[in-house]
Amino acid sequence: MLHTLAALVENHPGVLTRVAGLFARRAYNIDSLSVCQTDDPELSRMTIVVHGDDQVIEQVRNQLNKLVIVHSVTDLTAESVVERELALIRIQVSSETRSEVLQTADIFRGRVVDMGRTNLTVELTGDGEKIDGFIKAIRPYGLLELVRTGKIAILRSET
Amino acid sequence: MSMNAGKKELKGATILLEALEKEGVDLIFGYPGGVLLPLYDALLDSPIRHILPRHEQGGVHAADGYARVTGKVGVCLATSGPGATNLVTGIANAYMDSIPLVVLTGQVVTSLLGTDSFQEADITGITTPITKHSYLVKDAREIPRIVKEAFYLAGTGRPGPVLIDLPKDVLAMEVEPFPAEMKLKGYQVPSRGDSSKIAEVAKALSECHKPVIYAGGGVITAGAGGVLRQLAEKASLPVVTTLMGIGSLPYGHPNLLGMVGLHGAVAANFAVDDCDLLLAVGVRFDDRVTSGLGHLFATKAKIIHIDIDLAEIAKVVRTHIPIVGDARLVLEEVLNVFEGLPVPQVTDWWDQVRAWKNYYPMKYDKDRMTPQMVIESMGELANDDTMVITDVGQHQMWAAQFYPIIKSRNFATSGGLGTMGFGLPAAIGAQIARPDDLVFLVTGDGSFQMCIQELATIAHNKLPIKIVLLNNGVLGMVRQLQKFFYGERYSQTDLIDNPDFVKVAEAYGIRGIRVDSMEQVRSALAEAIAYPGPVLLDFTISPNEDVLPIVPPGKPITEMLGG
Amino acid sequence: MSMNSEKKRLTGATVLLEALEKEGVDVIFGYPGGVLLPLYDALLDSSIRHILPRHEQGGVHAADGYARVTGKVGVCLATSGPGATNLVTGIATAYMDSIPLVVLTGQVVTALLGTDSFQEADITGITTPITKHSYLVKDAREIPRIVKEAFYLAGTGRPGPVLIDLPKDILATEVEPLPADMNLRGYQVPSKGDSGKIVEVAKALSECRRPVIYAGGGVIAAGAGDVLRQLAEKASLPVVTTLMGIGCLPSVHPNLLGMVGMHGTVTANYAVDDCDLLLAVGVRFDDRVTSGLGHKFATKAKIIHIDIDPAEIGKVIRPQISILGDARLVLEELLNTLESVESPQVADWWDRLRAWKNDHPLRYDKDRMTPQMIIECVGELVGENAIIATDVGQHQMWTAQFYPIVKSRNFATSGGLGTMGYGLPAAVGAQIARPDDMVVLFTGDGSFQMCIQELATIAQHNLPIKIMLMNNGVLGMVRQWQKMFYERRFSGVQFQANPDFVKVAEAYGIRGIRVDSLEQVRSAITEAIKHPGPVLLDFTISPEEDVLPMVAPGKPITEMLGR
Repeated sequence: MLHTLAALVENHPGVLTRVAGLFARRAYNIDSLSVCQTDDPELSRMTIVVHGDDQVIEQVRNQLNKLVIVHSVTDLTAESVVERELALIRIQVSSETRSEVLQTADIFRGRVVDMGRTNLTVELTGDGEKIDGFIKAIRPYGLLELVRTGKIAILRSET
Repeated sequence: MSMNAGKKELKGATILLEALEKEGVDLIFGYPGGVLLPLYDALLDSPIRHILPRHEQGGVHAADGYARVTGKVGVCLATSGPGATNLVTGIANAYMDSIPLVVLTGQVVTSLLGTDSFQEADITGITTPITKHSYLVKDAREIPRIVKEAFYLAGTGRPGPVLIDLPKDVLAMEVEPFPAEMKLKGYQVPSRGDSSKIAEVAKALSECHKPVIYAGGGVITAGAGGVLRQLAEKASLPVVTTLMGIGSLPYGHPNLLGMVGLHGAVAANFAVDDCDLLLAVGVRFDDRVTSGLGHLFATKAKIIHIDIDLAEIAKVVRTHIPIVGDARLVLEEVLNVFEGLPVPQVTDWWDQVRAWKNYYPMKYDKDRMTPQMVIESMGELANDDTMVITDVGQHQMWAAQFYPIIKSRNFATSGGLGTMGFGLPAAIGAQIARPDDLVFLVTGDGSFQMCIQELATIAHNKLPIKIVLLNNGVLGMVRQLQKFFYGERYSQTDLIDNPDFVKVAEAYGIRGIRVDSMEQVRSALAEAIAYPGPVLLDFTISPNEDVLPIVPPGKPITEMLGG
Repeated sequence: MSMNSEKKRLTGATVLLEALEKEGVDVIFGYPGGVLLPLYDALLDSSIRHILPRHEQGGVHAADGYARVTGKVGVCLATSGPGATNLVTGIATAYMDSIPLVVLTGQVVTALLGTDSFQEADITGITTPITKHSYLVKDAREIPRIVKEAFYLAGTGRPGPVLIDLPKDILATEVEPLPADMNLRGYQVPSKGDSGKIVEVAKALSECRRPVIYAGGGVIAAGAGDVLRQLAEKASLPVVTTLMGIGCLPSVHPNLLGMVGMHGTVTANYAVDDCDLLLAVGVRFDDRVTSGLGHKFATKAKIIHIDIDPAEIGKVIRPQISILGDARLVLEELLNTLESVESPQVADWWDRLRAWKNDHPLRYDKDRMTPQMIIECVGELVGENAIIATDVGQHQMWTAQFYPIVKSRNFATSGGLGTMGYGLPAAVGAQIARPDDMVVLFTGDGSFQMCIQELATIAQHNLPIKIMLMNNGVLGMVRQWQKMFYERRFSGVQFQANPDFVKVAEAYGIRGIRVDSLEQVRSAITEAIKHPGPVLLDFTISPEEDVLPMVAPGKPITEMLGR
């Protein structure tokens, strides 16, 4: 099962290596990892999607928490969250297929951010399933290049 | 002149030494090099004593031995590049056994970092998996804070090694240091356990019929041996210990069943397997104890796990009552609560346990000079404050089985990493830490050769260490495994053309005595103990001696050979 | 019986050994341990020779020495945990000097990975910064492919150490291996350089007035010494080498100005500073040469940089012409191209160079026994094929300055990491690699003690290594810096209680000779050379001897002390 963990970590060089090294050493199975700034210049936020059952996830949390550079770890999986990912997808098009591809992008509420003679690039935000769905839909046309950020997530408010 | 105008700027190196002194450091095991020149110069003006090993591995193992026998944070120092990489085994060793060390390494000047400079190594990168935490100092003003944090991290919670990497220009620059205010928001130290869980534990103790205490290194670290003994006596609880827990109860205590696990006592292993309550304190259910079979371990028992490290709880076995906290504080509260409850009904259990002890004692043949006999003789001639340091191998197991350790912190052995070569330098650290106590090193010819260069450090500092070298000319433990499990197909376990160790010792200015027969053992040991300096005793042992009992690889601990 | 049913039952261990044999491996330097039992058992049926050091660091440095003197990939083996961590310094040493090694480490069974198992270390994590690449084998069927890739990566392009981590169950499991088809999409090996650029270089050479060739370890790795010599002779080009480049031209060659950099010759340093064309081949503009002042290096010159590693080009200085490729192939094409252009007008330049050579020769006092004198004497008495290994320190620099190395791959010294202790085990590896050539080790008492345990390996195999120990009782190089830059405030550099090295050697069954005076030197060396086995010569040297000339720290290479 996939779990989404959000970790607040100190913002300085070497921190990413320490976390990645921990995961590699303990053979935890990471699906994606994304790091970004927070409003506090001393802290970064990591969103880690990891495979495992409850026991494994408990261990992952505890081992992460042990690291001095990790301030907190929250398991967002069971919680009510808003999750998003951003993808840039370059699709092969011809004069015949261009409008179909544009229509598909529209259905998924993607925006065209780059247009060439034989390809166009769509920017898409949404949850992982939506992005997977879009990729599946346009693959028959020719998927030329794909860049994804990995998941980020934020807890929904209680009120 | 105003107050401010008089503020002094100090060199990074001086600030560092003052910060160390403030932490109570009186001793550093260090080896100089190019980038450390500013520090070695400042050292001449510091009261901190400096001990030079002959290889940096000797320095870090010495700091480790120092820490194990005192409970203080050990400090070692090496130069950049190869000096730092030579520390890696010792750092990993301390990490696996949770030993508090602050490891200082020199580094190339900050402007050359990452440029493949002469004697440059990415030591913070290399040691990431084996340090509790590490620092690369880029601003000398941060030194007081970093040093304070490093000692705090090393010595609290679950202790461990912390590395501080110090570029040459940072050591040389003159600055006004910042105050030493720690910034460790990501670090908490558990102390008292959850009271309601403690009440559950006391109740469970009161109601059980076949309890066992499983005690390890965490009991020693917490200084919880005394309260553990009281609890065991009050509730009539049998106690088994891990290798790291030796000394938490005195050897020979009626409640002590012995070591548990791979080469543990039969009674200890049977008791753990059959118990209905396992009170695990300061242990980690390591594979030397469980054979890597967590699901087959103490299956009949309600398992209580008291540990300071949350990540150890439920890592290996299902746990019924977990308590995160300092072992001493938790056990004290358990004892308190237990006062008001009836003692458990354990008479039948003790009959069973005693029967096991009687049927399956630790034993060895008395017709020749055996390592076990040498070790027992050592125990008879030494006193309660004697420290025993071991290397790794068969001799280590025999020492664990037969040496009568009475007090905590009198036994130093490499448990988790199992580092051959640890013994000699660790004995150095131990003797320097406690100069008035007798230090025995129990070692084998394989292990002893690994850090043999440290004989010079012993001679230089006149350390009266008594080296008990159990010399069988082979890599004993590996050979024993080849004997039992590979049809006696011995491969690369013969140490051909070993040096004459007595002559080597004498070349280093150390007294050497060869012992070839049973009759000589006691007198040789007595002579060594009486001699006011270091002595090497070279005991000629047969390569065919086995460590028994043994749990074969992959088998549960009830299936022992030779018990 | 059909062919298939007679197929040999292969285990991971046997598959590994067969894959190694296929790569031409005939010797492994290894030390056993628990997780390697399956491999050591299989080794009994293999044709590969196994050499046991007495510490794993000895094993990896031996594999390194083997590689340096043959150009083949060196192979070493250690068990999990402490065995593997004991290799770290040796791996880093090879990494910094671009030496091809395949490092095999045992690992705990896959099910226990990441569980803090007995003798478990995250060696792939630890060595990430110091390996060219590494593998953790999780499927024994992959072994042939992994071994093939490892050797290919280690030995091609810019050579370096590659680690293969082998869990015990992988070694023990029976397996039908997959074919050895390499899968290295992210790795390219440059070979021939850009022809257009080579033509530019030829033109630049033809038009210059004050050229210098700056040659390093890459020339040796490429086997380009000979074509470099031809090029230098054809175009009358003076040559300077780095420490790692020693041997690319014979030391007495008229075009050779000597070593460049911190302890280089005055002529070499002046020439580089004053040249109008710098042809850099297989070098990396390291701080021992540039003092870390890239912007002040060869400022008057058009710089041409030929290297196989694109990351080195432009790292320290911006070359005007850069050629990515194999040094030998590029220089061969350059030599060809030069046929069609005019030779440069360099007569005046050579006059100036000769004047510098005359005014600033390397020199030393002849009134007493000095290390320089000993080194020159050995050079006179020993043949051209002799292999010289050194440790690290003053003696290393004197050897680089005064020993007449005539051929490539006859000089093994730790350049980039500067590892004390490297010398003795590297000499072991070198002697095993080339049993018919004489091997001489120049070492100091500090360095020698670090890996002194390898005397047992030498004794076991009766390796006739001649150990020239420059014994001054101090850590010479650090002391020299404290003398010159810290006003003689000596700190941590005095070896009190050094052993009697002659007695130590004898205790190991090795002939030992002490030499205290000038008169004895020649005869002692002659005797050592004649002796059919290993010999240690213990030369009593004054601690006041200095390595000169010397570029002071942070100064450009024209500012030398003691010219």
